[in-house]
Amino acid sequence: MADKHKDFKLPETDSGTIVFNTDPLIIKYHYEIDYIHSYAEDTPFFVGLSQGKMMGSRCTKCNYGFATPRSHCMECGAPTTWEQLPNQGRVHTYTTCYFGGEAFLNETPFTLILVEFAGFDTLFLSRIVGVDFEKVKIGMPVKAQYLRNSKFKPTDVYFVPMQDDEPAPHTPYSN
Amino acid sequence: MRPVYMVSGGITKFRKANPNQDFRLMVKDSFDYAMRDVPNLTMDMIDGSVASYFSDHFTRQLMAGIMVQDYLGLVPRPGKRIEGGGATGGLCFQGGWESVASGRMDVCVAYGFETMSHVNTWKGNEFIALASDVNFDFPVGGFYSGYYAMMVQRHMHEFGTTVEQMAKVSIKNHGNALHNPYAQSPAKLTVEDVRNATMVANPLTLLDICTMSDGAATVIFATEEMATKMGAVDPVLVTGIGSGTDAMRMADRPHGKVLLLDHETESDYKDLKYPGVHSFRGGRNATRLAYKMAGIRNPIEDLSFVELHDAYTSSEIQTYEDMGFCKYGEGGKFIEDGKSELGGVLPVNPSGGLLACGHPVGATGLMQAVFAFWQLQNTIGKHLGGDDFIQVKNAKRGAIHSHAGTGTYITVSIMESTRS
Repeated sequence: MADKHKDFKLPETDSGTIVFNTDPLIIKYHYEIDYIHSYAEDTPFFVGLSQGKMMGSRCTKCNYGFATPRSHCMECGAPTTWEQLPNQGRVHTYTTCYFGGEAFLNETPFTLILVEFAGFDTLFLSRIVGVDFEKVKIGMPVKAQYLRNSKFKPTDVYFVPMQDDEPAPHTPYSN
Repeated sequence: MRPVYMVSGGITKFRKANPNQDFRLMVKDSFDYAMRDVPNLTMDMIDGSVASYFSDHFTRQLMAGIMVQDYLGLVPRPGKRIEGGGATGGLCFQGGWESVASGRMDVCVAYGFETMSHVNTWKGNEFIALASDVNFDFPVGGFYSGYYAMMVQRHMHEFGTTVEQMAKVSIKNHGNALHNPYAQSPAKLTVEDVRNATMVANPLTLLDICTMSDGAATVIFATEEMATKMGAVDPVLVTGIGSGTDAMRMADRPHGKVLLLDHETESDYKDLKYPGVHSFRGGRNATRLAYKMAGIRNPIEDLSFVELHDAYTSSEIQTYEDMGFCKYGEGGKFIEDGKSELGGVLPVNPSGGLLACGHPVGATGLMQAVFAFWQLQNTIGKHLGGDDFIQVKNAKRGAIHSHAGTGTYITVSIMESTRS
Protein backbone atom coordinates (compact mmCIF):
# COMPACT_ATOMS: atom_id res chain seq x y z
CA MET A 1 0.00 0.00 0.00
CA ALA A 2 2.72 2.46 0.96
CA ASP A 3 4.23 2.42 -2.52
CA LYS A 4 1.11 3.82 -4.16
CA HIS A 5 1.41 7.01 -2.10
CA LYS A 6 5.14 7.47 -2.08
CA ASP A 7 4.91 10.71 -4.03
CA PHE A 8 2.17 12.21 -1.88
CA LYS A 9 2.75 15.79 -0.70
CA LEU A 10 0.60 18.20 1.25
CA PRO A 11 -0.65 20.90 -1.10
CA GLU A 12 1.12 24.22 -0.62
CA THR A 13 -1.08 27.25 0.18
CA ASP A 14 -0.51 30.97 -0.18
CA SER A 15 -1.72 31.74 3.35
CA GLY A 16 0.97 32.83 5.78
CA THR A 17 1.73 33.81 9.32
CA ILE A 18 2.16 37.33 10.61
CA VAL A 19 5.54 37.49 12.34
CA PHE A 20 6.45 40.26 14.77
CA ASN A 21 9.92 39.08 15.66
CA THR A 22 12.27 36.15 15.08
CA ASP A 23 14.42 36.23 18.23
CA PRO A 24 12.41 34.94 19.96
CA LEU A 25 9.87 34.01 17.30
CA ILE A 26 6.66 35.94 17.99
CA ILE A 27 3.66 35.36 15.71
CA LYS A 28 0.09 36.58 15.55
CA TYR A 29 -2.44 34.00 16.69
CA HIS A 30 -6.07 34.82 15.93
CA TYR A 31 -8.85 33.56 18.19
CA GLU A 32 -12.54 34.39 18.28
CA ILE A 33 -15.72 32.76 19.44
CA ASP A 34 -19.48 33.30 19.37
CA TYR A 35 -21.21 32.25 22.57
CA ILE A 36 -24.79 31.06 22.78
CA HIS A 37 -25.39 33.06 25.93
CA SER A 38 -28.63 32.57 27.88
CA TYR A 39 -29.72 35.24 30.34
CA ALA A 40 -31.62 32.40 32.01
CA GLU A 41 -33.29 33.60 35.23
CA ASP A 42 -32.13 37.19 34.56
CA THR A 43 -34.20 37.24 31.33
CA PRO A 44 -37.11 39.40 32.61
CA PHE A 45 -34.71 42.26 33.33
CA PHE A 46 -33.43 42.42 29.75
CA VAL A 47 -36.88 41.95 28.24
CA GLY A 48 -38.08 44.69 30.62
CA LEU A 49 -35.51 47.13 29.19
CA SER A 50 -37.08 46.64 25.76
CA GLN A 51 -40.41 47.65 27.33
CA GLY A 52 -38.93 50.78 28.90
CA LYS A 53 -38.66 49.58 32.48
CA MET A 54 -35.97 48.42 34.90
CA MET A 55 -36.84 45.38 36.96
CA GLY A 56 -35.29 44.84 40.39
CA SER A 57 -35.79 42.09 42.96
CA ARG A 58 -37.49 42.00 46.35
CA CYS A 59 -36.85 39.24 48.88
CA THR A 60 -40.04 37.35 49.75
CA LYS A 61 -38.76 36.68 53.28
CA CYS A 62 -36.63 39.62 54.52
CA ASN A 63 -37.95 42.28 52.08
CA TYR A 64 -34.43 43.30 51.00
CA GLY A 65 -34.58 45.25 47.73
CA PHE A 66 -32.01 44.62 45.00
CA ALA A 67 -31.67 47.31 42.33
CA THR A 68 -29.60 44.86 40.26
CA PRO A 69 -31.81 41.78 40.11
CA ARG A 70 -31.06 38.35 41.49
CA SER A 71 -33.56 35.55 41.83
CA HIS A 72 -32.44 34.59 45.34
CA CYS A 73 -31.68 36.90 48.24
CA MET A 74 -28.00 37.46 49.07
CA GLU A 75 -28.90 38.22 52.70
CA CYS A 76 -31.09 35.21 53.55
CA GLY A 77 -31.21 32.88 50.54
CA ALA A 78 -34.98 33.06 50.04
CA PRO A 79 -36.52 33.50 46.57
CA THR A 80 -37.11 37.04 45.34
CA THR A 81 -39.95 38.50 43.28
CA TRP A 82 -39.62 40.97 40.41
CA GLU A 83 -40.38 44.60 41.24
CA GLN A 84 -40.06 47.55 38.92
CA LEU A 85 -37.47 50.18 39.89
CA PRO A 86 -38.40 53.86 39.96
CA ASN A 87 -37.30 55.66 36.83
CA GLN A 88 -35.49 58.28 38.91
CA GLY A 89 -32.61 57.90 41.30
CA ARG A 90 -29.45 59.60 42.49
CA VAL A 91 -25.77 59.19 41.65
CA HIS A 92 -24.12 57.11 44.40
CA THR A 93 -20.67 57.38 42.82
CA TYR A 94 -19.15 58.02 39.39
CA THR A 95 -16.05 58.14 37.22
CA THR A 96 -15.17 59.15 33.69
CA CYS A 97 -13.14 56.49 31.86
CA TYR A 98 -10.63 57.85 29.36
CA PHE A 99 -9.45 54.34 28.53
CA GLY A 100 -11.20 50.99 28.73
CA GLY A 101 -11.20 47.39 27.70
CA GLU A 102 -10.62 46.99 23.96
CA ALA A 103 -14.33 46.42 23.33
CA PHE A 104 -15.12 49.89 24.73
CA LEU A 105 -12.06 51.93 23.68
CA ASN A 106 -13.92 53.56 20.78
CA GLU A 107 -16.60 54.75 23.23
CA THR A 108 -14.18 56.63 25.51
CA PRO A 109 -14.48 58.91 27.29
CA PHE A 110 -17.64 57.64 28.97
CA THR A 111 -18.95 58.23 32.47
CA LEU A 112 -19.98 55.33 34.69
CA ILE A 113 -22.33 55.80 37.63
CA LEU A 114 -23.76 53.63 40.36
CA VAL A 115 -27.38 54.66 40.88
CA GLU A 116 -29.38 54.45 44.11
CA PHE A 117 -33.19 54.27 44.15
CA ALA A 118 -35.87 54.96 46.75
CA GLY A 119 -37.01 51.72 48.36
CA PHE A 120 -34.06 49.62 47.19
CA ASP A 121 -31.05 48.66 49.30
CA THR A 122 -28.50 48.00 46.56
CA LEU A 123 -27.29 49.92 43.52
CA PHE A 124 -27.28 49.71 39.71
CA LEU A 125 -24.34 50.28 37.32
CA SER A 126 -25.03 52.43 34.28
CA ARG A 127 -23.73 55.33 32.21
CA ILE A 128 -24.71 58.99 32.40
CA VAL A 129 -24.87 61.21 29.31
CA GLY A 130 -26.09 64.72 28.52
CA VAL A 131 -23.89 66.42 31.12
CA ASP A 132 -20.28 67.65 31.22
CA PHE A 133 -18.13 65.04 32.98
CA GLU A 134 -16.94 67.63 35.48
CA LYS A 135 -20.48 68.39 36.56
CA VAL A 136 -21.41 64.85 37.62
CA LYS A 137 -21.64 64.78 41.41
CA ILE A 138 -22.57 62.30 44.12
CA GLY A 139 -26.22 62.85 45.03
CA MET A 140 -27.14 64.26 41.60
CA PRO A 141 -30.76 63.35 40.70
CA VAL A 142 -30.89 61.33 37.49
CA LYS A 143 -33.56 59.68 35.38
CA ALA A 144 -33.50 56.65 33.11
CA GLN A 145 -33.91 56.72 29.35
CA TYR A 146 -34.11 53.69 27.07
CA LEU A 147 -32.92 52.85 23.58
CA ARG A 148 -35.87 52.50 21.21
CA ASN A 149 -34.13 49.69 19.34
CA SER A 150 -33.18 47.33 22.12
CA LYS A 151 -29.94 45.41 21.97
CA PHE A 152 -30.84 43.34 25.03
CA LYS A 153 -27.77 44.60 26.88
CA PRO A 154 -27.67 46.52 30.16
CA THR A 155 -26.73 49.60 28.09
CA ASP A 156 -30.30 49.64 26.72
CA VAL A 157 -30.91 51.88 29.73
CA TYR A 158 -28.81 54.97 30.50
CA PHE A 159 -29.23 58.02 32.67
CA VAL A 160 -29.46 61.76 32.17
CA PRO A 161 -29.59 64.49 34.83
CA MET A 162 -33.07 65.45 36.06
CA GLN A 163 -34.18 69.00 35.34
CA ASP A 164 -34.31 71.49 38.21
CA ASP A 165 -38.12 71.70 38.01
CA GLU A 166 -38.55 67.93 38.37
CA PRO A 167 -39.04 66.68 41.96
CA ALA A 168 -35.89 64.86 43.06
CA PRO A 169 -36.35 61.40 44.60
CA HIS A 170 -35.45 60.65 48.21
CA THR A 171 -32.94 57.80 47.99
CA PRO A 172 -31.27 55.86 50.82
CA TYR A 173 -27.69 57.12 50.87
CA SER A 174 -26.89 60.36 49.07
CA ASN A 175 -29.61 63.00 49.47
CA MET B 1 -3.16 21.22 62.35
CA ARG B 2 0.63 21.09 62.33
CA PRO B 3 2.93 24.12 62.43
CA VAL B 4 3.93 25.06 58.86
CA TYR B 5 7.14 26.84 57.90
CA MET B 6 8.03 28.71 54.76
CA VAL B 7 11.55 27.46 54.10
CA SER B 8 12.39 29.19 50.82
CA GLY B 9 11.18 31.40 48.02
CA GLY B 10 12.16 32.70 44.62
CA ILE B 11 10.89 35.21 42.07
CA THR B 12 11.65 36.32 38.55
CA LYS B 13 11.89 40.01 37.86
CA PHE B 14 8.44 41.07 36.72
CA ARG B 15 8.50 42.74 33.30
CA LYS B 16 5.92 44.41 31.09
CA ALA B 17 6.81 41.70 28.56
CA ASN B 18 9.17 38.74 28.74
CA PRO B 19 8.93 37.04 25.33
CA ASN B 20 12.16 35.13 25.90
CA GLN B 21 10.66 32.79 28.48
CA ASP B 22 7.32 31.02 28.52
CA PHE B 23 5.41 30.46 31.76
CA ARG B 24 7.11 27.10 32.40
CA LEU B 25 10.61 28.53 32.21
CA MET B 26 9.72 31.56 34.31
CA VAL B 27 8.38 29.33 37.08
CA LYS B 28 11.44 27.08 36.70
CA ASP B 29 13.75 30.06 37.27
CA SER B 30 11.90 31.08 40.44
CA PHE B 31 11.76 27.44 41.59
CA ASP B 32 15.49 26.88 41.01
CA TYR B 33 16.27 30.05 42.96
CA ALA B 34 14.23 28.76 45.88
CA MET B 35 15.86 25.30 45.69
CA ARG B 36 19.37 26.77 45.57
CA ASP B 37 18.68 28.83 48.68
CA VAL B 38 18.31 25.61 50.72
CA PRO B 39 21.14 23.46 49.33
CA ASN B 40 20.14 20.29 51.14
CA LEU B 41 16.55 20.45 49.92
CA THR B 42 16.36 17.83 47.18
CA MET B 43 13.65 17.05 44.64
CA ASP B 44 12.77 13.74 46.32
CA MET B 45 11.72 15.61 49.48
CA ILE B 46 8.89 17.45 47.66
CA ASP B 47 5.50 15.79 48.11
CA GLY B 48 3.45 17.91 45.70
CA SER B 49 2.41 21.35 44.56
CA VAL B 50 -0.26 23.98 44.25
CA ALA B 51 -0.32 26.12 41.09
CA SER B 52 -1.47 29.73 40.85
CA TYR B 53 -2.51 31.46 37.65
CA PHE B 54 -5.51 33.65 36.98
CA SER B 55 -6.53 33.72 33.37
CA ASP B 56 -6.74 31.04 30.72
CA HIS B 57 -7.45 33.88 28.27
CA PHE B 58 -3.97 35.31 28.76
CA THR B 59 -2.27 31.91 28.64
CA ARG B 60 -4.30 30.55 25.67
CA GLN B 61 -3.44 27.18 27.12
CA LEU B 62 -5.83 25.23 29.32
CA MET B 63 -4.28 23.14 32.10
CA ALA B 64 -1.12 25.23 31.94
CA GLY B 65 -0.44 24.18 35.52
CA ILE B 66 0.33 20.63 34.54
CA MET B 67 2.85 21.88 31.99
CA VAL B 68 4.67 23.63 34.82
CA GLN B 69 4.43 20.52 36.96
CA ASP B 70 6.02 18.30 34.30
CA TYR B 71 8.59 20.96 33.37
CA LEU B 72 9.73 21.14 37.01
CA GLY B 73 9.99 17.36 37.18
CA LEU B 74 7.27 17.04 39.80
CA VAL B 75 5.04 14.52 37.97
CA PRO B 76 3.54 12.12 39.06
CA ARG B 77 3.25 13.87 42.43
CA PRO B 78 -0.02 15.58 43.46
CA GLY B 79 -0.76 19.00 42.06
CA LYS B 80 -3.74 21.28 41.53
CA ARG B 81 -4.57 24.75 40.39
CA ILE B 82 -6.06 27.51 42.53
CA GLU B 83 -7.78 30.50 40.94
CA GLY B 84 -9.35 33.54 42.54
CA GLY B 85 -8.68 36.63 40.41
CA GLY B 86 -6.12 39.03 41.83
CA ALA B 87 -5.98 37.00 45.04
CA THR B 88 -4.94 33.85 43.20
CA GLY B 89 -1.40 34.05 44.61
CA GLY B 90 -2.59 34.63 48.17
CA LEU B 91 -5.06 31.76 47.89
CA CYS B 92 -2.27 29.55 46.49
CA PHE B 93 -0.03 30.48 49.44
CA GLN B 94 -2.81 29.40 51.79
CA GLY B 95 -3.42 26.26 49.71
CA GLY B 96 0.22 25.27 50.12
CA TRP B 97 0.00 25.94 53.84
CA GLU B 98 -3.15 23.78 54.06
CA SER B 99 -1.43 20.89 52.30
CA VAL B 100 1.23 20.75 55.01
CA ALA B 101 -0.92 21.79 58.00
CA SER B 102 -3.43 19.04 57.24
CA GLY B 103 -0.76 16.34 57.23
CA ARG B 104 -1.31 15.52 53.58
CA MET B 105 2.17 16.69 52.60
CA ASP B 106 5.40 17.30 54.51
CA VAL B 107 6.89 19.54 51.82
CA CYS B 108 4.71 21.46 49.37
CA VAL B 109 5.68 23.87 46.58
CA ALA B 110 3.36 26.77 45.74
CA TYR B 111 4.20 28.27 42.36
CA GLY B 112 2.48 30.93 40.30
CA PHE B 113 2.79 32.89 37.09
CA GLU B 114 1.01 35.11 34.61
CA THR B 115 1.96 36.00 31.03
CA MET B 116 -0.05 39.15 30.33
CA SER B 117 2.04 40.51 27.46
CA HIS B 118 0.51 38.04 25.00
CA VAL B 119 -2.25 40.51 24.19
CA ASN B 120 -2.18 44.31 23.92
CA THR B 121 -2.83 46.35 27.06
CA TRP B 122 -6.46 47.16 26.21
CA LYS B 123 -7.35 43.59 25.29
CA GLY B 124 -5.71 42.67 28.59
CA ASN B 125 -7.94 45.17 30.38
CA GLU B 126 -10.90 43.54 28.65
CA PHE B 127 -9.82 40.08 29.85
CA ILE B 128 -9.47 41.37 33.41
CA ALA B 129 -12.90 43.01 33.18
CA LEU B 130 -14.42 39.63 32.30
CA ALA B 131 -13.86 39.06 36.01
CA SER B 132 -16.92 41.23 36.56
CA ASP B 133 -20.53 40.17 36.00
CA VAL B 134 -20.84 39.65 32.23
CA ASN B 135 -24.62 40.21 32.26
CA PHE B 136 -24.76 43.45 34.21
CA ASP B 137 -21.29 44.98 34.62
CA PHE B 138 -18.93 44.09 31.79
CA PRO B 139 -21.17 45.33 28.92
CA VAL B 140 -21.63 48.76 30.54
CA GLY B 141 -17.93 49.52 30.07
CA GLY B 142 -15.97 46.73 31.70
CA PHE B 143 -12.82 48.37 33.06
CA TYR B 144 -11.33 47.67 36.46
CA SER B 145 -9.68 51.08 36.76
CA GLY B 146 -13.18 52.54 36.30
CA TYR B 147 -14.56 50.35 39.07
CA TYR B 148 -11.76 51.37 41.48
CA ALA B 149 -12.22 55.00 40.50
CA MET B 150 -15.90 54.78 41.48
CA MET B 151 -14.97 53.19 44.80
CA VAL B 152 -12.47 55.88 45.70
CA GLN B 153 -14.82 58.66 44.62
CA ARG B 154 -17.16 57.37 47.29
CA HIS B 155 -14.28 57.02 49.78
CA MET B 156 -13.39 60.66 49.13
CA HIS B 157 -17.04 61.64 49.60
CA GLU B 158 -17.47 59.72 52.86
CA PHE B 159 -14.13 60.50 54.47
CA GLY B 160 -12.52 63.46 52.71
CA THR B 161 -9.67 61.39 51.29
CA THR B 162 -7.67 63.46 48.78
CA VAL B 163 -5.88 62.75 45.50
CA GLU B 164 -2.70 64.14 47.08
CA GLN B 165 -2.90 61.46 49.78
CA MET B 166 -3.31 58.85 47.06
CA ALA B 167 -0.29 60.29 45.22
CA LYS B 168 1.77 59.83 48.39
CA VAL B 169 1.18 56.08 48.19
CA SER B 170 2.59 56.09 44.66
CA ILE B 171 5.58 58.21 45.76
CA LYS B 172 6.28 55.87 48.68
CA ASN B 173 6.04 52.61 46.73
CA HIS B 174 7.95 53.74 43.64
CA GLY B 175 10.51 55.28 46.01
CA ASN B 176 10.98 52.07 48.03
CA ALA B 177 11.52 50.31 44.71
CA LEU B 178 14.66 52.39 44.08
CA HIS B 179 16.30 49.87 46.43
CA ASN B 180 14.69 46.75 44.97
CA PRO B 181 16.34 45.45 41.79
CA TYR B 182 13.34 43.12 41.30
CA ALA B 183 11.05 46.14 40.86
CA GLN B 184 10.39 47.17 37.26
CA SER B 185 9.48 50.82 37.85
CA PRO B 186 11.55 52.42 40.59
CA ALA B 187 11.12 56.19 40.53
CA LYS B 188 11.49 59.30 42.58
CA LEU B 189 8.14 61.00 42.10
CA THR B 190 6.35 64.12 43.30
CA VAL B 191 2.65 64.72 43.89
CA GLU B 192 2.67 66.80 40.70
CA ASP B 193 4.17 63.90 38.71
CA VAL B 194 1.37 61.60 39.84
CA ARG B 195 -1.42 64.11 39.27
CA ASN B 196 -0.08 65.25 35.89
CA ALA B 197 0.26 61.70 34.57
CA THR B 198 -2.29 60.58 31.98
CA MET B 199 -5.79 60.41 33.46
CA VAL B 200 -7.18 56.88 33.17
CA ALA B 201 -10.45 57.06 35.13
CA ASN B 202 -10.82 60.09 37.33
CA PRO B 203 -9.33 60.49 39.88
CA LEU B 204 -6.89 57.64 39.00
CA THR B 205 -3.91 58.50 36.78
CA LEU B 206 -1.42 56.07 35.22
CA LEU B 207 0.78 56.50 38.31
CA ASP B 208 -2.08 55.46 40.63
CA ILE B 209 -2.32 52.09 38.86
CA CYS B 210 -0.09 49.00 38.70
CA THR B 211 1.22 47.44 35.49
CA MET B 212 0.14 44.18 33.86
CA SER B 213 3.26 42.04 33.67
CA ASP B 214 4.92 38.73 32.93
CA GLY B 215 6.48 36.94 35.88
CA ALA B 216 6.59 33.99 38.23
CA ALA B 217 7.17 33.22 41.91
CA THR B 218 7.69 30.14 44.07
CA VAL B 219 7.18 29.47 47.79
CA ILE B 220 8.20 26.25 49.53
CA PHE B 221 6.49 25.06 52.72
CA ALA B 222 7.62 22.32 55.12
CA THR B 223 6.93 20.78 58.47
CA GLU B 224 9.32 21.50 61.33
CA GLU B 225 10.87 18.05 60.95
CA MET B 226 11.49 18.49 57.23
CA ALA B 227 12.71 22.07 57.69
CA THR B 228 15.32 20.72 60.11
CA LYS B 229 16.19 17.78 57.88
CA MET B 230 16.85 20.01 54.87
CA GLY B 231 18.85 22.40 57.00
CA ALA B 232 16.63 25.40 56.30
CA VAL B 233 18.18 28.53 57.82
CA ASP B 234 15.78 30.71 59.79
CA PRO B 235 12.58 29.23 58.39
CA VAL B 236 9.55 31.49 58.81
CA LEU B 237 6.52 30.22 60.73
CA VAL B 238 3.07 30.86 59.26
CA THR B 239 0.98 31.81 62.29
CA GLY B 240 -2.18 33.31 60.81
CA ILE B 241 -4.39 32.43 57.86
CA GLY B 242 -7.54 34.38 57.02
CA SER B 243 -9.66 34.99 53.98
CA GLY B 244 -12.92 36.61 53.04
CA THR B 245 -15.27 37.23 50.13
CA ASP B 246 -17.82 39.71 48.91
CA ALA B 247 -20.40 40.00 46.13
CA MET B 248 -19.06 40.03 42.57
CA ARG B 249 -21.10 43.10 41.65
CA MET B 250 -20.05 46.04 43.79
CA ALA B 251 -23.58 47.40 43.20
CA ASP B 252 -24.74 44.54 45.45
CA ARG B 253 -22.62 45.49 48.49
CA PRO B 254 -24.82 46.15 51.51
CA HIS B 255 -24.80 49.26 53.68
CA GLY B 256 -24.80 47.78 57.18
CA LYS B 257 -22.60 47.63 60.24
CA VAL B 258 -18.79 47.51 60.36
CA LEU B 259 -17.20 44.14 61.15
CA LEU B 260 -15.17 45.15 64.21
CA LEU B 261 -11.59 44.24 65.09
CA ASP B 262 -10.51 43.63 68.70
CA HIS B 263 -9.30 47.19 69.20
CA GLU B 264 -12.45 48.85 67.81
CA THR B 265 -15.92 49.50 69.26
CA GLU B 266 -19.31 49.96 67.66
CA SER B 267 -19.36 53.62 68.75
CA ASP B 268 -16.35 54.26 66.48
CA TYR B 269 -18.62 53.87 63.48
CA LYS B 270 -22.13 54.80 64.55
CA ASP B 271 -22.92 56.71 61.34
CA LEU B 272 -20.95 54.64 58.84
CA LYS B 273 -22.83 52.52 56.27
CA TYR B 274 -20.61 49.52 55.66
CA PRO B 275 -19.03 48.33 53.47
CA GLY B 276 -20.85 50.24 50.73
CA VAL B 277 -18.51 50.62 47.80
CA HIS B 278 -15.84 52.47 49.79
CA SER B 279 -14.56 49.56 51.90
CA PHE B 280 -13.68 45.90 51.48
CA ARG B 281 -15.71 43.71 53.82
CA GLY B 282 -13.92 40.61 52.50
CA GLY B 283 -10.59 42.18 53.47
CA ARG B 284 -11.85 43.00 56.93
CA ASN B 285 -13.05 39.40 57.36
CA ALA B 286 -9.72 37.99 56.15
CA THR B 287 -7.97 40.30 58.62
CA ARG B 288 -10.20 39.27 61.53
CA LEU B 289 -9.54 35.57 60.97
CA ALA B 290 -5.80 35.96 60.46
CA TYR B 291 -5.32 38.25 63.49
CA LYS B 292 -7.37 35.92 65.67
CA MET B 293 -5.32 32.89 64.69
CA ALA B 294 -2.01 34.75 65.14
CA GLY B 295 -3.09 36.41 68.39
CA ILE B 296 -2.74 39.93 67.01
CA ARG B 297 -4.63 42.47 69.12
CA ASN B 298 -3.17 45.67 67.77
CA PRO B 299 -1.67 45.47 64.29
CA ILE B 300 0.40 48.66 64.64
CA GLU B 301 2.22 47.21 67.65
CA ASP B 302 2.15 43.56 66.67
CA LEU B 303 3.29 43.78 63.04
CA SER B 304 6.75 44.86 61.84
CA PHE B 305 5.72 45.44 58.19
CA VAL B 306 3.03 44.60 55.66
CA GLU B 307 3.11 43.69 51.97
CA LEU B 308 -0.38 44.49 50.71
CA HIS B 309 -2.17 44.46 47.36
CA ASP B 310 -1.70 48.03 46.06
CA ALA B 311 -3.10 47.49 42.56
CA TYR B 312 -4.28 51.09 43.00
CA THR B 313 -3.04 53.82 45.34
CA SER B 314 -6.64 54.10 46.48
CA SER B 315 -6.90 50.43 47.39
CA GLU B 316 -3.76 50.68 49.55
CA ILE B 317 -5.47 53.46 51.54
CA GLN B 318 -8.71 51.48 51.73
CA THR B 319 -6.77 48.43 52.91
CA TYR B 320 -5.05 50.33 55.76
CA GLU B 321 -8.56 50.69 57.15
CA ASP B 322 -9.74 47.14 56.44
CA MET B 323 -6.62 45.79 58.19
CA GLY B 324 -7.15 48.08 61.15
CA PHE B 325 -3.93 50.11 60.93
CA CYS B 326 -6.23 53.08 61.53
CA LYS B 327 -9.97 53.57 61.79
CA TYR B 328 -12.20 53.64 58.71
CA GLY B 329 -11.89 57.11 57.25
CA GLU B 330 -8.34 57.72 58.51
CA GLY B 331 -6.48 55.89 55.72
CA GLY B 332 -5.63 59.07 53.83
CA LYS B 333 -4.20 60.64 56.98
CA PHE B 334 -2.22 57.45 57.68
CA ILE B 335 -0.14 57.88 54.50
CA GLU B 336 -0.10 61.67 54.76
CA ASP B 337 1.53 61.37 58.19
CA GLY B 338 4.13 58.97 56.78
CA LYS B 339 3.05 56.12 59.04
CA SER B 340 3.36 53.53 56.28
CA GLU B 341 6.76 54.69 55.03
CA LEU B 342 9.99 52.86 55.77
CA GLY B 343 10.84 54.06 59.25
CA GLY B 344 7.19 54.85 59.95
CA VAL B 345 5.13 53.10 62.65
CA LEU B 346 4.19 50.33 60.19
CA PRO B 347 6.06 50.14 56.87
CA VAL B 348 3.71 49.08 54.08
CA ASN B 349 5.05 47.66 50.82
CA PRO B 350 8.76 48.13 51.51
CA SER B 351 9.31 46.14 48.28
CA GLY B 352 7.53 48.76 46.20
CA GLY B 353 4.41 46.63 45.99
CA LEU B 354 2.38 46.01 42.87
CA LEU B 355 2.66 49.67 41.89
CA ALA B 356 6.42 49.42 41.37
CA CYS B 357 7.06 45.67 40.94
CA GLY B 358 4.11 44.99 38.62
CA HIS B 359 1.17 42.60 38.84
CA PRO B 360 1.51 39.32 36.90
CA VAL B 361 -1.62 38.16 38.67
CA GLY B 362 -0.90 34.53 39.59
CA ALA B 363 2.64 35.37 40.76
CA THR B 364 1.83 38.50 42.74
CA GLY B 365 0.56 37.05 46.03
CA LEU B 366 3.51 34.65 46.12
CA MET B 367 5.93 37.50 45.36
CA GLN B 368 4.63 39.25 48.48
CA ALA B 369 5.34 36.09 50.49
CA VAL B 370 8.90 35.90 49.13
CA PHE B 371 9.66 39.53 50.04
CA ALA B 372 8.09 38.99 53.48
CA PHE B 373 10.13 35.81 53.95
CA TRP B 374 13.39 37.60 53.17
CA GLN B 375 12.41 40.43 55.53
CA LEU B 376 11.78 37.96 58.37
CA GLN B 377 15.01 36.07 57.63
CA ASN B 378 16.84 39.41 57.63
CA THR B 379 18.27 38.47 54.20
CA ILE B 380 16.96 41.34 52.05
CA GLY B 381 20.50 42.53 51.34
CA LYS B 382 21.64 39.06 50.31
CA HIS B 383 18.78 38.64 47.83
CA LEU B 384 18.65 42.23 46.54
CA GLY B 385 22.21 42.49 45.32
CA GLY B 386 23.68 43.81 48.55
CA ASP B 387 21.26 46.72 49.04
CA ASP B 388 19.52 46.27 52.38
CA PHE B 389 17.93 49.73 52.51
CA ILE B 390 14.40 48.28 52.56
CA GLN B 391 15.26 45.69 55.24
CA VAL B 392 12.95 46.40 58.19
CA LYS B 393 15.18 46.27 61.27
CA ASN B 394 14.38 43.46 63.71
CA ALA B 395 11.42 42.33 61.61
CA LYS B 396 9.57 39.90 63.86
CA ARG B 397 6.16 39.50 62.28
CA GLY B 398 4.79 40.46 58.88
CA ALA B 399 1.44 40.35 57.11
CA ILE B 400 0.79 39.67 53.44
CA HIS B 401 -2.53 40.63 51.82
CA SER B 402 -3.83 39.48 48.44
CA HIS B 403 -6.96 40.91 46.83
CA ALA B 404 -9.24 40.10 43.88
CA GLY B 405 -11.93 41.81 41.84
CA THR B 406 -13.58 44.76 43.50
CA GLY B 407 -12.84 43.05 46.81
CA THR B 408 -14.34 39.65 46.01
CA TYR B 409 -11.65 37.25 47.29
CA ILE B 410 -9.15 38.53 49.84
CA THR B 411 -6.50 36.72 51.86
CA VAL B 412 -4.41 37.83 54.82
CA SER B 413 -1.57 35.63 56.06
CA ILE B 414 0.71 36.27 59.04
CA MET B 415 4.35 35.15 59.00
CA GLU B 416 6.77 35.16 61.95
CA SER B 417 10.54 35.10 62.21
CA THR B 418 12.21 32.21 64.07
CA ARG B 419 15.58 33.96 64.33
CA SER B 420 16.94 33.96 67.85
